Amino acid sequence: MIKVEQLRVRFGDNEVVKGVSIHVPAGGSFGIVGESGSGKSTVLRALSGLNDAWTGNITIDGQSVGPRRNRAFFQKVQMVFQDPYGSLHPRQTIDRILSEPLLVHGIGDIERRIETALAEVALPSAARFRYPHQLSGGQRQRVAIARALIAEPEILLLDEPTSALDVSVQAEILNLLADLRERRQLTYILVSHNLAVVSHLCPTVGVMLGGQMVEVISAEDLRAGKTQHPHTSELRALSVGLEEPA
Amino acid sequence: MLVDIQNLRVSFATRTGTFEAVRGVSFKIGTEKLGIVGESGSGKSLTARALMRLLPPNARIDADRLNFDGTDILKADERTMRGIRGKRAGFILQDPKYSLNPVMTIGRQVAESWRQHKGGSRKQALEAAVDLLDQVRIRDPRRVCDLYPHEVSGGMGQRVMIAMMLAPDPALLIADEPTSALDATVQAEILRLMEDLVSKRGMGLILISHDLPLVSHFCDRVAVMYAGHVMEELSAGTLAQAKHPYTKGLLNCLPSLTHPKPRLPVLTRDAAWLQS
Ligand SMILES: Nc1ncnc2c1ncn2[C@@H]1O[C@H](COP(=O)(O)OP(=O)(O)OP(=O)(O)O)[C@@H](O)[C@H]1O
Ligand SMILES: Nc1ncnc2c1ncn2[C@@H]1O[C@H](COP(=O)(O)OP(=O)(O)OP(=O)(O)O)[C@@H](O)[C@H]1O
Ligand SMILES: [Mg+2]
Ligand SMILES: [Mg+2]
Repeated sequence: MIKVEQLRVRFGDNEVVKGVSIHVPAGGSFGIVGESGSGKSTVLRALSGLNDAWTGNITIDGQSVGPRRNRAFFQKVQMVFQDPYGSLHPRQTIDRILSEPLLVHGIGDIERRIETALAEVALPSAARFRYPHQLSGGQRQRVAIARALIAEPEILLLDEPTSALDVSVQAEILNLLADLRERRQLTYILVSHNLAVVSHLCPTVGVMLGGQMVEVISAEDLRAGKTQHPHTSELRALSVGLEEPA
Repeated sequence: MLVDIQNLRVSFATRTGTFEAVRGVSFKIGTEKLGIVGESGSGKSLTARALMRLLPPNARIDADRLNFDGTDILKADERTMRGIRGKRAGFILQDPKYSLNPVMTIGRQVAESWRQHKGGSRKQALEAAVDLLDQVRIRDPRRVCDLYPHEVSGGMGQRVMIAMMLAPDPALLIADEPTSALDATVQAEILRLMEDLVSKRGMGLILISHDLPLVSHFCDRVAVMYAGHVMEELSAGTLAQAKHPYTKGLLNCLPSLTHPKPRLPVLTRDAAWLQS
């Protein structure tokens, strides 16, 4: 479904993604973890068409995509951004933010879809007529997830989608994502610094460091500690250390 | 007592009536690390903002007591508050990139905040900024100094905010989700830095976080919030043995790397939690 070959991205003379390759089958989920600043968000942005200064090959659903994307692409691929505040229009109510993708893609039944989308991400209906600044951090993050899901995309690119959620809402969102994958064959790439979250949803995990994907490992091997690269081992050790009681 | 909050209430007038976001929160802190965990939307950030009087204009705030380091925050004038914010109390906001000035380079912002507290020349301040960014483990700090906020990653933005708090020597640091975008290696380093500030400078810390294991390992005490109330307060190391059904429910929802579950349990909320 998603095939990325030798992706490179540079800003000026600073190359921040240095030849990254990712393969995700339809209905599959690929997780990306790694050092802060290693280029995870930059990879997702290039994939979603928000950055056109990349080289390499990106194929989606068998079709090679260039820097410019058309409307059909945006119906197929949606992204949840790392900072929900910046990605939500400050002067639009949540109602407007959620109706926009439906209007753009000519999808009807707006009323019911908005109600469903809010309920799926456990937001109270009272949130519907508020503005983003009138919500808490985690509520804004849920609006961003609802907006990405509402037009029923086939591919979802998720950048730290649960970083601002308490673990009960996080569990509901992760279950929802797993259900959608089962029901609609949704394909995910999930970036998160939380190894437990990533390995819960993704059978395969890529580890990034300094613009490179230094290891691709199965969730099973990651759990079992069969890591190859020192960065993976370090991330795992710290995560396991925290799981032990204080 | 550094912070003394008794029966704090924050509410908003909305089209459909009054919305009570914080409904009688009380806690005290001294030279120690208090963690605040709990439901998204339960009033954690608003509680912290109330203490700094950084609430939106339509918010109504009430308390039997709201004291910071001997100052009555409810009665203090704006000048006193300016002397507290960013000086005697540091505040790392949730959504750090939106608290930074979008049209000023990272280096200049960190340098200016350093200079406000330590004085010195511009050049010295810029050198200090490079050093502060290095302390928060930002790679290639000289290059990053020339970037604008939209050009740094999520976790770099968080660390820039933390770097700006290292200069002023505050008595209290309020950190709202300061490490939510950091990988575990950088997070460990940042926590070490904060630990240093608390123990060496005798600072108090309020750490708001959704990361229960982290709070349990790092803090001294934890307050668990739900729907505008503190449900229970306990010593951080005993979080795993919490008694309150909400806290127990939360812990149960955690995914685990070493003990995977095919489907995550979710929380069944109980109206009775809000009764007592
Ligand atoms: N618009 C830009 N101009 C210049 N440099 C940029 C720009 N966007 C990103 N970078 C740089 O690219 C690098 C990778 O950033 P990216 O946001 O992809 O990291 P990340 O892995 O998502 O980190 P985090 O986990 O902290 O979110 C960083 O060094 C960042 O400063
Ligand atoms: N300006 C506002 N107007 C109306 N309601 C608001 C406003 N700001 C916040 N709220 C509401 O107050 C409640 C508490 O918000 P707060 O930001 O303190 O939550 P939080 O505990 O920090 O949550 P999170 O973990 O998601 O950041 C939320 O339900 C939010 O929707
Ligand atoms: Mg990122
Ligand atoms: Mg908050």
